[in-house]
Amino acid sequence: MTTAKHTLVALVEDRPGVLNRVSSLLRRRNFNIDSIAVGHTEQSNLSRMTIVVEGDDAKVEQVRKQLDKVVDVVKIVDITSNESVARELALIKVKSTASTRNEIIQIVDIFRANIVDVSSDSLIVEVTGDEDKVNSLLDLFRGFGIREIARTGRIALTRGGAGPLQVEESKEVKAPKQQLKVPPSEAESPPDW
Amino acid sequence: MKKTGAQILCESLVREGVEVIFGFPGGALLPLYDTFPQYPKIRHILVRHEQGAAHAADGYARATGRAGVCLATSGPGATNLVTGIANAYLDSSPMVAITGQVARPFIGKDAFQEIDITGITLPITKHNYLVLDANDIARVVKEAFYISQTGRPGPVLIDIPRDVFQQEATFAYPERLNLPGYKPTLFGHPAQIKKAAETINVAERPVIIAGRGVIISKAFAELKDLAEKAQIPVVTTLLGIGCFPETHVLSFGWLGMHGMAYANKAVYDSDVIIALGMRFDDRATGVVSSFAPQARVVHIDIDPAEIGKNVRVDVPIVGDVKNVLEALNQQIVPREHLDWFNQVDKWRDEHPALVIRESEACLPQYVIRQIYEITKGDAIVVTGVGQNQMWSAQFFFYDKPNSLISSGGLGTMGFEIPGAIGAKVGRPDDTVWCIAGDGGFQMTVQELATIVQENLAVKIAIINNGFLGMVRQWQQLFYGRRYVHTPLSGPDFVKIAEAYGVPALRVTDKKLVVSAIEKAMNHEGPFLIDFVVEPEENVFPIVPPGAALIEALEMPSPEKVARSSK
Repeated sequence: MTTAKHTLVALVEDRPGVLNRVSSLLRRRNFNIDSIAVGHTEQSNLSRMTIVVEGDDAKVEQVRKQLDKVVDVVKIVDITSNESVARELALIKVKSTASTRNEIIQIVDIFRANIVDVSSDSLIVEVTGDEDKVNSLLDLFRGFGIREIARTGRIALTRGGAGPLQVEESKEVKAPKQQLKVPPSEAESPPDW
Repeated sequence: MKKTGAQILCESLVREGVEVIFGFPGGALLPLYDTFPQYPKIRHILVRHEQGAAHAADGYARATGRAGVCLATSGPGATNLVTGIANAYLDSSPMVAITGQVARPFIGKDAFQEIDITGITLPITKHNYLVLDANDIARVVKEAFYISQTGRPGPVLIDIPRDVFQQEATFAYPERLNLPGYKPTLFGHPAQIKKAAETINVAERPVIIAGRGVIISKAFAELKDLAEKAQIPVVTTLLGIGCFPETHVLSFGWLGMHGMAYANKAVYDSDVIIALGMRFDDRATGVVSSFAPQARVVHIDIDPAEIGKNVRVDVPIVGDVKNVLEALNQQIVPREHLDWFNQVDKWRDEHPALVIRESEACLPQYVIRQIYEITKGDAIVVTGVGQNQMWSAQFFFYDKPNSLISSGGLGTMGFEIPGAIGAKVGRPDDTVWCIAGDGGFQMTVQELATIVQENLAVKIAIINNGFLGMVRQWQQLFYGRRYVHTPLSGPDFVKIAEAYGVPALRVTDKKLVVSAIEKAMNHEGPFLIDFVVEPEENVFPIVPPGAALIEALEMPSPEKVARSSK
């Protein structure tokens, strides 16, 4: 199996320590995290995590299932194969002198990026785009000398209407026994394992 | 009405039906222990080391099927629970561990007896909690017991700071739970069940591998139904022993590194494997690339992450084994596989694993077999880890579930004595035999004081060979017989037992084994027998590391044994 970058998106309960649970599980199963981005969602008690990992399909599926077991993880989907829109934000502090400044500004314009800080010997450039766009801009800036980079990591939404990650209002269950009274019907498509 | 956090905790435990807690007090728990006398319904058993509390809670859970509860103070008390919690985690035992914590203003400041136990137990608990407000205690307790006992069971830890025990709050036990991220799948998908039935109905050489999931799910009748309807040989994992009566004609023992050669052969040659509530652990499969190479695998398990983790699966079904089998059995066509059955039966005759070799010496296998004969198999056997564990599984026939209690996944030496305590407390009317190695015995020997304090009639058999047996065996077979740090000296076990108040005797002569066991059985109360056995006896069969299940080394012939012990 070939390894590739997979984007996992998880809806997690907004509680202290959730990020720790997720990242320590990934470490334990020997996964290297390319990036993690977390933020609030349309529901007050849920946060959305976008995790980029590298691995082959079977390994990533195993990690997805293990993460699903974490009680604070409400839902987790691998959206790598879905049509989606992915973006990240980067702030780049690039060296600039009076002689190189114009060239840098031209590049910034071509990339539709923004200059958000100027000093006598550097500029801070803010760029938003998919990973390839950000990497291309960085490659071009290397020639001038990059002082610092801060990247957020990927966030993504699937294209189209209802995505795989919409969560209904959380339903309360009667304790202590929680039993599905009606087994799923044959007409429903089989769930992921 | 206002109650303190400690009172709320006790009320909540009573609501959950908790009858016994295994614990050890400490500074952070003072407010809680001060409250216990107000709740006489909860029996507290004082252990001598928190590891004993955790293992006892685990043994209790395995014997009764309900969550075992252990309690320890902050810092070292909590860290002493870690091994026991990990043990419960790997064998899917329901457990709720409660730890005291330093008062809230001190958390994170390296205070006296402060430790980040929630951080430490993250990888070995199903879930854990740090309770920062007494108003949360009732909800947390309810959630903890629910999570611990449902789906694939496992340990849950609740960490409560000292000042939260003292904080006053209104007690209201929640009616409902709200856990959007925890929804175990209990019923298998009908399309998958249909596919499984189709696969099984055309199988020529099917084998059922039944694991601990069958015991947890209480799917004994459904398993028997399936096996008898389609006449399928049943093999269990080590932890599945007892889910199918070992005296049944379709029972073919257990598979794995030290399993029966005929069980391993049946699995290797099968064309359909029906895996029930087992996880294809490396001890059960041997080298995975050679595991059941011709078989289509039907895997039924409540934990979706186990399906496809180690072995490629053709028909996965996520669900509770009992529910899935109920639905599946209706679609199974009654059939016989006479040729296949006769083949596996023939292998059983050709590779008998259960023959005790002729010897004048006091053999450990003989001791175990005599315990079986005298109890007539009507006992709970709690084992240590290593050779004593394997012989206990091989030379005793288990017809009832939860009659063999053994640390499989973590393989924790020292589990035996506290595990036996928990089992006896959970099932006081059953005979409990604790089979200990001399190494494991010394790890938790202090719990003999607990046995005497509670007057638990646990019968203890030490299989004393003066070695760390299993490691010595590997050194003999694979490391050129270089016994590095495996000869194990020990005290006079009889004197130790008597010093604790447990009557004991030593057996060195084979002819005195039976009478010693009878004496122990007839004695009311705990009893210990130090069986001094043949020192360099080995467990056979053994599948060497990196080998396939059918490459097991079997018991060498008597002449070979005589030559190698020189």
